[in-house]
Amino acid sequence: MKNYKLLVIAVFAFSLLPGFYACKPKNAGSAVSSDAASKVYVAPGKYDEFYNFVSGGFSGQMSTYGLPSGRLLRVIPVFSVDPEKGWGYSEETKPMLNTSHGFVPWDDLHHVQVSKTNGEYDGRWAFGNANNTPRVARIDLTTFRTAEIIELPNSGGNHSSPFITENTEYVVAGTRFSVPPDDANGDVPINTYKQNFKGTISFISVAKDNGALEIAFQLQCPGVNFDLSRAGKGVSHGWFFFSMYNTEQANTLLEVNASQKDKDFIMAVNWKKAEEYIKAGKGRKQAVKYAHNVYSDITHSATSTIKTEVTVLDVKDFKDLCYFFPCPKSPHGCDVSPTGEYIVGSGKLAALIPVFSFDKLQKAIAAKDYIGEFDGVPILKYESVLYGEVKKPGLGPLHTEFDNKGYAYTSMFVSSEIVKWNIKDLKVVDRAPTYYSVGHLTVAGGDTKTPNGKYLVAYNKITKDRYLPTGPELSQSAQLYDISGDKMQLILDFPTIGEPHYAQIVPADLIKKNSVKFFKMEENKNPYFSNGEAATKVVREGNKVHVYMTAIRSHLTPDNIEGVKMGDEVYFHLTNLEQDWDVPHGFAVKGAATAELLIMPGETQTLKWIPNRVGIYPMYCTDFCSALHQEMTGYIRVSSAGSNTPLLFSTGKNYAVSDTAKKK
Amino acid sequence: MKKFAILLLLGAFIAACGGNSEKTSGNSESPESEPAKTENGNPSYDPERGEGKFTEVAVGDKLDATMAAAGEKVYSVKCVSCHKLTSEKLVGPGWLGVTDRHAAPWIMNFTTNTDAMLNKDPKAQAQLEICLVRMPNQNIADDDARALYEFMRKNDGIK
Repeated sequence: MKNYKLLVIAVFAFSLLPGFYACKPKNAGSAVSSDAASKVYVAPGKYDEFYNFVSGGFSGQMSTYGLPSGRLLRVIPVFSVDPEKGWGYSEETKPMLNTSHGFVPWDDLHHVQVSKTNGEYDGRWAFGNANNTPRVARIDLTTFRTAEIIELPNSGGNHSSPFITENTEYVVAGTRFSVPPDDANGDVPINTYKQNFKGTISFISVAKDNGALEIAFQLQCPGVNFDLSRAGKGVSHGWFFFSMYNTEQANTLLEVNASQKDKDFIMAVNWKKAEEYIKAGKGRKQAVKYAHNVYSDITHSATSTIKTEVTVLDVKDFKDLCYFFPCPKSPHGCDVSPTGEYIVGSGKLAALIPVFSFDKLQKAIAAKDYIGEFDGVPILKYESVLYGEVKKPGLGPLHTEFDNKGYAYTSMFVSSEIVKWNIKDLKVVDRAPTYYSVGHLTVAGGDTKTPNGKYLVAYNKITKDRYLPTGPELSQSAQLYDISGDKMQLILDFPTIGEPHYAQIVPADLIKKNSVKFFKMEENKNPYFSNGEAATKVVREGNKVHVYMTAIRSHLTPDNIEGVKMGDEVYFHLTNLEQDWDVPHGFAVKGAATAELLIMPGETQTLKWIPNRVGIYPMYCTDFCSALHQEMTGYIRVSSAGSNTPLLFSTGKNYAVSDTAKKK
Repeated sequence: MKKFAILLLLGAFIAACGGNSEKTSGNSESPESEPAKTENGNPSYDPERGEGKFTEVAVGDKLDATMAAAGEKVYSVKCVSCHKLTSEKLVGPGWLGVTDRHAAPWIMNFTTNTDAMLNKDPKAQAQLEICLVRMPNQNIADDDARALYEFMRKNDGIK
């Protein structure tokens, strides 16, 4: 109690020092300089200089912002259903969310990577990881749509993912929650963690021409919590680095039990060596079950395939494949400098930042400078791998990215600041406060060989008083810093969706020129495509009614449908006949238990509808498309199960007096 | 006169501001679809030809039946939703007599360069006032535009 009082007095006294205010501004007014507005102002009709792809965290999606304006450009549905876009609701997109556990409508997307060639962004694809039901997704950056999702067997909590090698040879996925392998009996006591639980690292290959994903091999590793990772680049190309915590191998109260040791490890993986072993047939084929889902822009639909085998290398059987080196206090980020020479470990409970040298790592491996083994994996001596330590950087280092002038930027969660330091002499040169509790950060090109070094964005975990209050929950704040000068300068706050983790800042020129404007009708191979209004029809197959329908400004064809009966399943196959940019049509029908369809120009999408009562049901276009959008409507008549209402469909005409009138 | 001078001055001031703000914002170039200026009064604009890549179109005395058939196919996918073959207006005007109302280059320019024409062509704008729906750009290839024109000729009774 006494101590507490003393502390309060000390803090109060300290806060009276003028210098305190100077380096720790309490509000935006003192933190933002007068030219900030002009730096982030993008005039109406002008474009942003960068795309910012941001993980949507527990929303399961990926968001796209423009920088420096901070304008939200698009939310790309990935692992969670999105009724606005029909994602996971239309018959064509449902298979994308299939897993070995069945249809899973939600996940937690943590990290984003944009594909690279020669260690630089090539702007072709973005990758995202699902942390809960382990998966990796590939997003096509010509359509801004999820093109592929692959599930990961033998895994729990896919966290150290989807980091990629410098030519996008592989996307990796490391298991944060070790579990018994899928082919073992998993029905074991939880406290047999040490004997039965394994950590798995998946190497997913990416086809050069079309991005197709395949699990090339998996590394079976000791049961620990693999946290984050980065590929080597330049001099360290061919290697991958994974941080880990819980080397105590605790299975309960990890906040205490996984924080016992002074040092955990970073694992260095020689993946070129792993390739050799796989090529030589040293891998073990293991029976597993995982879903592989692919979306086609030609059939405008997804397929889900359940695969049943992976090739596994047990790392303890290959002495030159993986090496551990100690890293203080539950390391989180393990980030590689632009040259590939330095690996920055961020022990989230440490009061320093260790910087490791790839050159020293190689020498230590050659000299077998081991201090022991961990479950059969050699442990290198800390001092033999260490380049140096950044002293007193702040509290709670988490993630580091780099600029083009030899500086590193590390986020400090506990002391709520960005710390800029020199990679060579490891001296801290600048600090900037964040509001509040920064988690991830990203620098433009900050994980490439040639960072841009113009902007840095801090993704904060806590928002509190930064925005107008919106009840108990506030959207997570992002903060944009101009880092082109010696001093970091806060220039913008903007809200984000979900809880953003890693992000990427990519020059707009790399992506905008490739953006697809519409899908060519000539290439539409959807089996339910209507090639023009003349091809529309309604076909009954037993109790299934297929409506081949078209949409164009400003009518649906057919827009009068009769002869649907109770007990029928109706499939509306909508083709958007437009061939122009930004003219989607929407489609909704009363009582549908799914969502709307949002059909891009030239595309075909299907809504399944099971009417639950007799009557007249309106349907309409939901996306304002033209001056006559309100007229873009129609009706479906649902008759009783035994009725003999004939199947009729039309647009722009009325048939002779209907059956009910005749009966009178 | 004085007022005019003031206006000129103001104009210069605004222009300077515009240039200046562009520099300071330092952002990348503007979108490609700058709204076109109305050039109705511009003598260089030929309202008979419209605007687009077609200037002269070789049209035979007799119908090219093969080409007209190809045009009908395009029509049935990309045009029929809005245009009837009679004179009846649906979303857009009926096609009967269209080859008498407009020259071949105008029609082909309008079908391939729709947005630009709607922004500046007097006849296209007059039609928009009646229909109130901008004709969609259906991304019609040059050959298809010519085939469509031949199909329109067939519809207008050329044999």
